[in-house]
Amino acid sequence: MLDARGQIRRLPGVRLWLSGGWLALLVLAAIFAPLISPHDPLAQDLFAGRLPPVWEQGSDPAFLLGTDSLGRDVLSRMLYGARLALIVALVAGTLTCLIGATLGLIAGFFRGWADLIISRLIDIWMAFPPVLFAILLIAVIGTGLTSVIVAIVVIDWTRFARVVRAEAMSQGAMDYVASAQVAGRGRLGTAMTEILPNVLPTIVALLTLEMGIAIIVEAILSFVNLSISTDQPTWGGMIAEGRASIYQAWWVLVFPLFTLFLTVLSFSQFGEGLKEHFDPVLR
Amino acid sequence: MSFLSIRDLNVSLANGAPLLRRVSLDVAAGEVRALVGESGAGKSMIGKAVLGILPRAAKVTGGSIQLDGEDLETLSPKARRQRIGARVALIPQDPLTALNPSRRVGPQITDRLVDILGWKRAEAEARALELLEEVHIQAPDRVMKAYPHELSGGMRQRILIASAFAAEPKLIIADEPTTALDVTVQKQILKLIREMQQRHGTALLFVTHDLGVVSKIAQSLTVLYAGKVIEETDIKAFFAGPSHAYSRALLAATPKYTDPDGSLTPVPDSVIQAVEAEIAAFDAGQMGTVRA
Repeated sequence: MLDARGQIRRLPGVRLWLSGGWLALLVLAAIFAPLISPHDPLAQDLFAGRLPPVWEQGSDPAFLLGTDSLGRDVLSRMLYGARLALIVALVAGTLTCLIGATLGLIAGFFRGWADLIISRLIDIWMAFPPVLFAILLIAVIGTGLTSVIVAIVVIDWTRFARVVRAEAMSQGAMDYVASAQVAGRGRLGTAMTEILPNVLPTIVALLTLEMGIAIIVEAILSFVNLSISTDQPTWGGMIAEGRASIYQAWWVLVFPLFTLFLTVLSFSQFGEGLKEHFDPVLR
Repeated sequence: MSFLSIRDLNVSLANGAPLLRRVSLDVAAGEVRALVGESGAGKSMIGKAVLGILPRAAKVTGGSIQLDGEDLETLSPKARRQRIGARVALIPQDPLTALNPSRRVGPQITDRLVDILGWKRAEAEARALELLEEVHIQAPDRVMKAYPHELSGGMRQRILIASAFAAEPKLIIADEPTTALDVTVQKQILKLIREMQQRHGTALLFVTHDLGVVSKIAQSLTVLYAGKVIEETDIKAFFAGPSHAYSRALLAATPKYTDPDGSLTPVPDSVIQAVEAEIAAFDAGQMGTVRA
């Protein structure tokens, strides 16, 4: 006597395929960067400076996407840049998610004084302008990959905490939570079996969104020269360098910028697609 | 000796506003007691106080709740959960929010058997299948594996009933179990609860605002107004003629199925004023005893 609702099977939509495809491509590029890069991303050749991409006049077929003002290959630098971007996205995104979601769950479900402290902390945190906060933080703890990740976690955990808290609160008011308690389940057990699985689709969507944001923050920090040391290629660093010669060599700025844009967009769309696909309740 | 015995139970909000006013109520083993009253009279609050799931803002401020001769208010939260889990169950009001949407139905029925009674998972599953058959669900093995959103409201309420009877509790609190269902399903569910209750010999505290339902299921009845017990009587005496004016007005306000076109009789203002005055006098008396 199951009705037809059980028969509905949703196919992963175009959105999931497109964004997932781009991200998969990026992961492959990052892993195999040393193999597929046509040049050393750091090798300078001042005689081959500002070569345009192959379809423009005066290009060199050895440099598919052209070279920057120091004669470094743009394509190779972008491939190596993807490594850093993905490391930052994965590590910073996951850490932010773990810390923020845990605090949000505690505040939203257990309430009481824990909620009071966490909520006030969120309010105070959100009064800081996030990018300035990150720049200040890096200026104090020094540059480097770890610092960038720490900065992202520190400024962005509130994003998770706020949303997860609200979701956990609305889940906490559901009858099945009361039923679980009547059936003798403790507070922690209830949180893990009744609340967390229902908040999970939202957490996943936020997590992928956060990965995109982490890449942007890293790019911003690179842009103001506060990220990783300058001899490592990053998208943000390339954009900063390309800005100086935008009228002579637009490609140095445009290619990494466009890649950055596509990647961040893909992360957010991928998350939304996953949420839609795995949410048990049809909306 | 009654199985559930509530004495002088006071429940108030944090700001002191009373929700329950010295409520005393007994449910004997195997008895079906109806708890009736208007919206906001505190019917559900009594059930929640017994089960220990009062909303955050409400607190028990006096009185005792005895379950099988044991005072629940003196137990530690954990011991209390164990007692309640093993002996009392809840049939909730809204079957749509009472099952966890992200878990399959099967484990939601067997949880209590495994957690509280220490059954093996396989035994608990066999028992759940048996219960699902008992509540007239076809293909119970498929339903066990289904997610709640794949089932209709009536099906879900049947599952909740099966789940409530799973651990053979001595008492079930049914909190308006038919209110969220449509009329034809209501009738089936009511019949099912009655049938299950008789077969298992479970005591039932049936919270409702529908006197028509009461006449079909209950042996005794408690009328509540503004968190105070107005009348407590057995079912025959009540339908023959309640003693309290408010109960009489409530009975008169029940729609008659024999006369569908007849206009409804609201509870008259004079009766409301009288019962409000009674409550006010009671509160004033309470203040006196506190000061003294």
